Amino acid sequence: MSMTESTYRIQGATGEWEVVIGLEVHAQITSNAKLFSGAATDFGAEPNTQVSLVDAAMPGMLPTLNGECVRQAVRTGLAINAKINKYSRFDRKNYFYADLPQGYQISQLYHPIVGEGVIQISLDDKDPDAHGKAIGVERIHIEQDAGKLMHDQHPTMSYVDLNRCGVALMEIVSMPDMASPKEAAAYVRKLRSILRYVGSCDGNMEQGSMRADVNVSVRKPGDELGIRTETKNVNSMRFIQQVIEYEAQRQVDVIEDGGTIVQETRLFDTEKGETRSMRSKEDAHDYRYFPDPDLLPLELEDDFIFDCKASLPELPDEKRARYKTVLGLSAYNAAVLTAEHETAIWFEELLDTTDKPEKIASSAANWMMSELFGALNNMGKSIEESPVSPAEAAELLGLIADGTISGKIAKQVFEIMLETGDGAAKIVEEKGLKQESDTGAIEKVIAEVIAANEDKVEQYRGGKDKLFGFFVGQTMKAMQGKANPQVVNELLKQKLG
Amino acid sequence: MANIQDLGIAGIRGGIDSGAFTAVEVAETFIDRVSAAKPLNAFLVETPDHALTAAKAADEAKAKGETLGKMAGVPIGMKDLFCTEGVPTTAASGILEGFVPQYESTVSANLFKNGAGMLGKLNLDQFAMGSSNETSAFGNVISPWRRNDGGNTDITPGGSSGGSAAAVAGRIAPAATGTDTGGSIRQPAAFAGITGFKPTYGRCSRWGTIAFASSLDQAGSMAHDTRDCAIMLEAMAGFDVKDSTSLDLPVPDWEAALNSDLKGKRIGIPKEYRVDNMPSEIDALWQQGIAWMKDAGATIVDVSLPHTKYALPAYYIIAPAEASSNLARYDGVRYGKRDLPDGAGLQDMYAATREAGFGDEVKRRIMIGTYVLSAGYYDAYYTQAQKVRTLISQDFDKAWEQCDLLLTPTAPSAAFGLGEKSDDPLAMYLNDVFTVPSSLAGLPAMSVPAGLDGQGLPLGLQVIGKALDEQNVFNAGLALEERAGFVAKPEQWW
Amino acid sequence: MSVDKETVQKIANLSRIAITDEECEHFVPELNQILGWVEQLSEVDCSNVEPMTAVIPNKLRLRADEVTDGDKRDKVLANAPVAEHGFFAVPKVIE
Ligand SMILES: [Mg+2]
Ligand SMILES: [Zn+2]
Repeated sequence: MSMTESTYRIQGATGEWEVVIGLEVHAQITSNAKLFSGAATDFGAEPNTQVSLVDAAMPGMLPTLNGECVRQAVRTGLAINAKINKYSRFDRKNYFYADLPQGYQISQLYHPIVGEGVIQISLDDKDPDAHGKAIGVERIHIEQDAGKLMHDQHPTMSYVDLNRCGVALMEIVSMPDMASPKEAAAYVRKLRSILRYVGSCDGNMEQGSMRADVNVSVRKPGDELGIRTETKNVNSMRFIQQVIEYEAQRQVDVIEDGGTIVQETRLFDTEKGETRSMRSKEDAHDYRYFPDPDLLPLELEDDFIFDCKASLPELPDEKRARYKTVLGLSAYNAAVLTAEHETAIWFEELLDTTDKPEKIASSAANWMMSELFGALNNMGKSIEESPVSPAEAAELLGLIADGTISGKIAKQVFEIMLETGDGAAKIVEEKGLKQESDTGAIEKVIAEVIAANEDKVEQYRGGKDKLFGFFVGQTMKAMQGKANPQVVNELLKQKLG
Repeated sequence: MANIQDLGIAGIRGGIDSGAFTAVEVAETFIDRVSAAKPLNAFLVETPDHALTAAKAADEAKAKGETLGKMAGVPIGMKDLFCTEGVPTTAASGILEGFVPQYESTVSANLFKNGAGMLGKLNLDQFAMGSSNETSAFGNVISPWRRNDGGNTDITPGGSSGGSAAAVAGRIAPAATGTDTGGSIRQPAAFAGITGFKPTYGRCSRWGTIAFASSLDQAGSMAHDTRDCAIMLEAMAGFDVKDSTSLDLPVPDWEAALNSDLKGKRIGIPKEYRVDNMPSEIDALWQQGIAWMKDAGATIVDVSLPHTKYALPAYYIIAPAEASSNLARYDGVRYGKRDLPDGAGLQDMYAATREAGFGDEVKRRIMIGTYVLSAGYYDAYYTQAQKVRTLISQDFDKAWEQCDLLLTPTAPSAAFGLGEKSDDPLAMYLNDVFTVPSSLAGLPAMSVPAGLDGQGLPLGLQVIGKALDEQNVFNAGLALEERAGFVAKPEQWW
Repeated sequence: MSVDKETVQKIANLSRIAITDEECEHFVPELNQILGWVEQLSEVDCSNVEPMTAVIPNKLRLRADEVTDGDKRDKVLANAPVAEHGFFAVPKVIE
């Protein structure tokens, strides 16, 4: 894989500046119950109904660890080829806030469950392998989410809802390896894809299942790393890019005006498109981390890790490679079909209908990307919601492959399938859309067309080649588009001489 | 037959069993004792109905010929560190004033399941931080004991389980729960002339017990004698999935296996426990204890626990550090006191609430804990203390190569007068010099009343055992008890 | 290491305890006495010693991913100094 040097630069008064970006992505681990309590994690419940006495930090309440959350973190680590730490610990991060009933967040500072890994990103959709870049992941640790504060319900009070409090998160910390907003977005997109393949996070950014702390610094090319700022809780791909653009420009301006960057936590104002310093708390950086004495060290057995590994699906990079080499797809098609796990699953279910998937893979891929995606897009549906199943699509593609219908008729059939839910063969049968390949029948029609257009035949034979299309059109029209176009072409050439 | 009020758990069990009295009579006796004992300030809340309901259930079960629970018909006192459903629970702190738990601690639930009733909630040092019961927000507990000088100086019952010790010593409750973080069961037991047992860390669930220092806190039994402590501990202990540090082990039948014959047992005498300025009476009692052990058939070996001197300072880093974090939840948002000065924001409300709600000793420990964990000091203090803790634990492991149990005094002095040490936190901390090392190592240990000092105040001997070897600790305690023949009890002056 | 008034105020603030000047005054010597005393730990040679993690050997158990709790808002809010519309209420926070 060739590494690509980013050419993203901020043009300052004193010259060009590079941007250095690191991301801390908080991904909600998919689980029924919370990390340390048995309360549910469903989105959108009535306030404080998914709260246990443990989550509310009642006196004497103690945490117990949800094994599924551990398993999903390990599986995620394995999916990015990271080191799995067989010994990890939970630490308390101490600070006072109304969304944090315990007065501390249980997290993993000193001994995270997952160590260094790597995520391959690409800036070229057409050929991902040609312009790839490896982004280092420093660590993944498990921690609790906080509750929610509502500021707009009462003139003088904020309301506290603890439903989210204690929900399991993975914090995936990248190395400062990204150099442009585009790279950061590509990283988040790829990470999201992997998490969804693994099934460890649903990647739903609108519901807050994934959000990023964006660390940005600037430097002159070749210089040491600059001082970074951290913009918290950015919850969309677009905002992440905006934050980077804004912060990089702001920092360049500050430095070029003779100022210095302070290492600080910032907030992103989505309306203004600006970041601003969070109301400075002098003790914000003194979290007094120490190992949580209510929890023992987490020790993982080889068997546990082995089972996690065995349960992983084929991941996007492997899948993409296989689609190219084994199935013979183009780099672009392979990339598109593997970007989302659901798309790949759909595609593979389609291929599963035949013994020789490589024979239909390319046509199936083309059909999905041109016909299916377009239709779904128009309907505003995701591929899991597709009204046409992979088996039904296979039936349709089979009719094209064996010459029963033409590609053109197939479009028509597909539309009817979407409308009625009927199978392709049934539609073709009922509507009489079967393609005519019988030379006798076609010859008969051609004879009629020639007879009815003597003048044009003369002109054609006189050298007006362009008229050939006219005869094809007339023949197809007379046969309501059901004639096999190849046969029509061949026979017309014979008859017209 | 002795008066009901003088009976302990086994005595009550025997009397109910033989029909000498009913459980309701027992409950009524102690309910009256509780309401008459207000001058001692041992109880923060009285729950006579709870005791009576349990007694009636015991009597009914007996009438039906059902097998009775281990604690059937025994009305106990509950240290107010255990959350009790529907019964106010404060940890003796103003910050929890008005708090009524919506849940039952595992330990209290276990006791109730075994048939115990509850007389009320017992006073203690605020958040179990103290060794004299002088840090309670609801006033000192006064020991039923008085010096034999004819004066009426109020004496400390010890702490933090001071209410428990006073209640049992004063025959106000036949037994009581305690918790021990650095000696909070054993030291008050010694000061009050009763028996107190702290099991191996993890034997009793911490779920629903208000936390002081999570890696040290352990519930235990406080009663008249070894047998009662064994019965009660069996009823309290047990694996609890809700506590991650709970030990997944069956609870042995300690009472059934009680045996004071110590033949073949080696009793270690740690030389580092011979501290400077130890009153000669304590030393003499220790020598007496050694003689009793020999008399019971044990052999005596001198052992060394070289890091003993560092146990207290390590404890006074680890415990406050954990406490500073454990007590962060008392913020005036979800329960307890809220102090909201005019125009105060959230963080001001926290600070005002905690200022108003916590006592001085609690504040002191929170601040020490905050300091030792804060940026730049963590390794020098906290990590170093946890390393020293490892060394202390290893000291014990090495000693176990030479002996089966350790015998030491429980406290470096007899009970002192209330107010005599309260101005000097450090002097107060030194009370726990003999109990803290075994707490740091999570080992089972007990205090047995063994004699009186020249002022007529009780003194205790401590037996420390290997992890999970409660049985041999009980057995050695029983051997001491049989030989000490401690029958002294405070005269009722209240 | 010894603490001065300013440090004690800082610790008190970090602990969210609003101590008065007067209180601060008496905490300074007390904390110094205690900190001075615990500092004797630095004499102990702890090279090659691991800090204690589990006092009694024990393993962290993993819970099954089942919803076994929650749905008890009344109990959660029962002791709240101020609760409204199913929420805890606190003085307005400006973020
Ligand atoms: Mg962050
Ligand atoms: Zn985080």
